[in-house]
Amino acid sequence: MTAAFVFDAMLCLLLVGTAVSAVAGRDLFASIAFFVTYGILIGLAWLRLGAVDVALAEAAIGAGLTGVLLIGAWSMLQRRCGDGGNDPAMPVLPKLAAAAVSVTVTGMLALAVLALPVGAPGLVPLVTENLSESGVGNPVTAVLLNFRAYDTLMESIVLLIALVAVWALTPKELWGGVPGLRQHARPDGVLATFGRLLPPLGLVVAVYVVWAGSEMPGGAFQAGTILAAVWLLVVMAGIAEEPRMSSRLLRLALVVGPAVFLGVGLVGAAFGSFLGLPVDFAKALILAIEFALTFSIAVTLALLVAGTPREGT
Amino acid sequence: MMLSTATLYALCGAAMIGIGVYGFIVRAHLLRRVLAFNVIGSGVFLFLGALGYRAPQAGADPVPHALIITGIVVALSLTALAVALVLKHAEEAGRAVLPEEDREET
Repeated sequence: MTAAFVFDAMLCLLLVGTAVSAVAGRDLFASIAFFVTYGILIGLAWLRLGAVDVALAEAAIGAGLTGVLLIGAWSMLQRRCGDGGNDPAMPVLPKLAAAAVSVTVTGMLALAVLALPVGAPGLVPLVTENLSESGVGNPVTAVLLNFRAYDTLMESIVLLIALVAVWALTPKELWGGVPGLRQHARPDGVLATFGRLLPPLGLVVAVYVVWAGSEMPGGAFQAGTILAAVWLLVVMAGIAEEPRMSSRLLRLALVVGPAVFLGVGLVGAAFGSFLGLPVDFAKALILAIEFALTFSIAVTLALLVAGTPREGT
Repeated sequence: MMLSTATLYALCGAAMIGIGVYGFIVRAHLLRRVLAFNVIGSGVFLFLGALGYRAPQAGADPVPHALIITGIVVALSLTALAVALVLKHAEEAGRAVLPEEDREET
């Protein structure tokens, strides 16, 4: 039994433990705290599986932004409705049935894994063979923005549609207002200090992550999340307000990424294949798409987390 | 026989899916359902990612990684929409629990 195996086994136990605590805990706030811990631990698991790009995305989005969303919702429920997160009790029999369903699902998945042949390289050889034609050196970026760019284009549009759906829940009298709650931070408090200290660092890191993403782990989604986090911090620290949802500039910022992506795809279509990138220009085009996408993703994610306007304009 | 890293994490992913499914059925509070949905999601991602690591000497498979990154972002969009719907429901009903499940409190 090697040290690496012991580490993996312990990490898996911790993952299962935090997942159980997050799902079954009595106190809703504690459950959310366990969920954030669980997200960070999954980031570690991704590192063990050789997936640094996924680890970055999971830590930033899965644990970070989802955590902010859930904590925000918890505090809204408590302040607005006095709902502390108490759960109606379920009778024992349905509970047992639910446990049976869950054990069956896990058991069948486990059997499927154990039945798979060991050592199958999957699509690794195919990607490695064609990597030189993709224009970038990071295979994950090559898949995301070249080999399977279609998925990524759709995803950037899904983000936009989700925001439209969230905005559609705005009450009529608040339409066009400032998303989210008005923030109050003590001007000499920790939050206000961090709100001034961290944004410049965050900006540098985000630009680096999107630039490095072509050759090393990183890319538009990770960098966009960092930018969104920087913006959320600025807003929470009370330094700036969210822009009005009626702002034209804001709406332009939301669509510029998908628009550039779609434009490059359509030009590709004129020359042969939709979203096909010519080898000579592939790197420049991928970087152009990535920078535009990073910007739009950052704005979309920040607004998704802020939610609908809740105060008069 | 010792489990390979990939198999171990795939089994862990399977366990997380099960835990999430249980929570999704049993917990009636809507914010807890959103949380359980996210546990199921990350279990699915871990399962998929581990299956892409069955030949470590060839390197990790980048195609599942790209799919998972896409999936993580889509899961966040859905979570944001779900949270907005939960808050809207709670504003009108006073509690974040669906009426047909509003039994005695624990």
